[in-house]
Amino acid sequence: MKTSECDIVIVGVGGQGVILISDVIGRAAVKAGKPVRGAETHGMAQRGGSVINHTRIGCRYSPMVASGGADVLLALEPAEALRFGHFLSREGTALINTVPVLPVTVTTGTASYPSLQEIMDLLREECGDVRAIEATALARQAGTAQAMNVVMLGALSRFIPLPEELLLEALSEVVPPKYLEANRRAFMLGKAEVE
Amino acid sequence: MREYLLGNVAIAKGLLEAGMGLAAGYPGTPSSEIVESLVDLKGDLPLHVEWSVNEKVALEVAIGASWTGTRSAATMKHVGLNVAADPFMTLAYLGVGAGLVIISADDPYCHSSQNEQDSRRYAQFASVPCLDPADPQEAKDMARYGFDLSERFSVPVILRPTTRVSHSRADVEVGATRRAEKDPKFIKNPGRRVSLPVHVRPLHTELLRKHKEIEAALESVPWNHLELAGEHGIIASGIAGLYAEEAIRDLDLDMSLLRIGTTPAPSALIARMLEHVSSVLVVEELEPVLEEQVQRVALSIKPEVEILGKESHIPREGELDFLAARNAVARREELDLRPAKAIAGAKMILPPRPPSLCPGCSHRAAYYAMRKAFGKNAVYPSDIGCYTMAVGMDTVDTCLCMGASITAATGIRLGGETAPICCSLGDSTFLHSGLTGLLNAAYNKARITVTILDNSTTAMTGHQPHPGTGFTATGEASVEISLEDVCRALGAGMVETVDPYQLEDTIAGFKRARDFEGLSVVIARQACVIRARRSGAARKMYAVNQDCAGCKLCVDFGCPAVEFDGQKARINSLCTGCGVCAQICPASAIQEVRK
Repeated sequence: MKTSECDIVIVGVGGQGVILISDVIGRAAVKAGKPVRGAETHGMAQRGGSVINHTRIGCRYSPMVASGGADVLLALEPAEALRFGHFLSREGTALINTVPVLPVTVTTGTASYPSLQEIMDLLREECGDVRAIEATALARQAGTAQAMNVVMLGALSRFIPLPEELLLEALSEVVPPKYLEANRRAFMLGKAEVE
Repeated sequence: MREYLLGNVAIAKGLLEAGMGLAAGYPGTPSSEIVESLVDLKGDLPLHVEWSVNEKVALEVAIGASWTGTRSAATMKHVGLNVAADPFMTLAYLGVGAGLVIISADDPYCHSSQNEQDSRRYAQFASVPCLDPADPQEAKDMARYGFDLSERFSVPVILRPTTRVSHSRADVEVGATRRAEKDPKFIKNPGRRVSLPVHVRPLHTELLRKHKEIEAALESVPWNHLELAGEHGIIASGIAGLYAEEAIRDLDLDMSLLRIGTTPAPSALIARMLEHVSSVLVVEELEPVLEEQVQRVALSIKPEVEILGKESHIPREGELDFLAARNAVARREELDLRPAKAIAGAKMILPPRPPSLCPGCSHRAAYYAMRKAFGKNAVYPSDIGCYTMAVGMDTVDTCLCMGASITAATGIRLGGETAPICCSLGDSTFLHSGLTGLLNAAYNKARITVTILDNSTTAMTGHQPHPGTGFTATGEASVEISLEDVCRALGAGMVETVDPYQLEDTIAGFKRARDFEGLSVVIARQACVIRARRSGAARKMYAVNQDCAGCKLCVDFGCPAVEFDGQKARINSLCTGCGVCAQICPASAIQEVRK
């Protein structure tokens, strides 16, 4: 028996704006009258480490998505998509920003960073729908590279059971007014990428 | 009204719905956002919110307020309750005035902690009730209810959210804020406020009697909920109740379920469950607190019932999740297990991304200089804070608990170690529990060097102020304690202040401390880079020129802003302009450049 309408796992690196995405989804879900649950990474793990956020729309149970249970994996960073790829369900969709953030293990030469192709290939063995999104470039086009997360949110919006107007309304509540227009453009560019 | 709230924000709202008038805490993941939210939500409410210097202080301040008739709360992470254990244990005897709720946030799996102790054990130890929420809604409602329970039985009440409650979000129904009572007054009552033996002996008897009454009262709270169905049952506490419920739903089983949100659990409800079932699985995180109670009840009413739990189905360490609960139930019912997925080959090609000190963090520079001055044979006891992440720099040999750097260093010296000893701890940790250790080291003549890594904030937990910053939790200007004066007053024979970004001077300062015949203190002072960036401090820019010989000394320094392409170093966009790598480079190949 299904216990959640839509399970989303959002991953990235501390500082990329993972929490903002789930905050917008959660607020929009409340506006839509749906129960919603989320789990976040705070504290020590945030210092340059991997961050993972679980968001469950239409769910009254625990806040964490089960391994192999995510309907959507939204990755703001390619290596993190693979690191948390095991959350993705076989029927799910992976949306991956293409720009890496190199970990200190790579910059100091103790480890190497895989190619985007290698990452996509491994994920495609697990799940049929794996899409790369040039979110950082699209965010620049929208007016600020900072809005990369909102580009990804726009792409995500096509795969979750929440109306676009509620997502945009929630977005306007969490983004400072002077950046709102750029963020709305970023959202639309992200959405157009997957249409 | 429904809002999408973080568990800790929901708790803050619950405290305000209860008309709380004072909250005191010390930052610690996963509890820190409770006090921060109270500051945000305070508005014009008659409410005192403070960051105390440590958890013992926070609880004692809350106790004083409670005895004055003001509902009060103390917030901390689970290990903070160890620090506050002294007042906590005796408070259970003496009792409260107005309601007092102690929020002790547990961290199963040690996401951001040094152990995974279970606060429910503390509640049992002190014979006080503990509320164990499953989600933000329950956490908020329990925070409010905790005051009523506390006042009804005149005991402190523990609220024990775990990381997955404090740092989860959910749609939460919030209620109206209540203003704290007016004109509180301390009423003298030595028999219940002075812990003389003659007073506490009867109070202990009274506490044990109350404990039984509390258990009976908890029968009717909404968080202890029994649904009888099939003859196999699950009894689950806190968030494990949600995992269990989801497991039953996922497997489409007809099982009885008793969800428990309190310690003690009501034995009467457990008895009703046991009378109905032939076998019961107890699902809870960490200690078998609930399971032991189920066993006791079974022993007296139905010894033949099968009780499964920590011995066979549920791990006693780490955190649970839906899959762990589902597979435990599936195993009990002899159904197929669902293994956790893994992507073959992913581990092979993925670079590790461990948390690390930030680009430009002054702790890295201070440790680099410390190591240059003290050498590889020295002993380096360390402490709890961001700097513990520098364990790879060979200047973090120990980390036990808050403040133990200085005291362990003292013991290492007085226990017979003859090598140089240089310990380190942060400014907030020093003010939390380093003061007594420094005093003790001076008094007992330990020849050690104490380094205070002073970034003028409590960085790891999210930049909370402390007495060295000159500001209170609510942003009011206050006394700005001088670490130098404090260290001298506590008996340090030598106190040096250095700027870690000035590498040569810092190494020289450490050398003088190393050679000092007595107790020396080095204060390595430089603002936290995250705070500096947020405050808009001007940044220099650096680049590597053609003189780079590829020696990798700058790369080995470990700053994420310095990359190596196989031949030469490169400064990337993460650079904060601290300039330390330029001072390390023997070829002077790293130079400041114009923007």
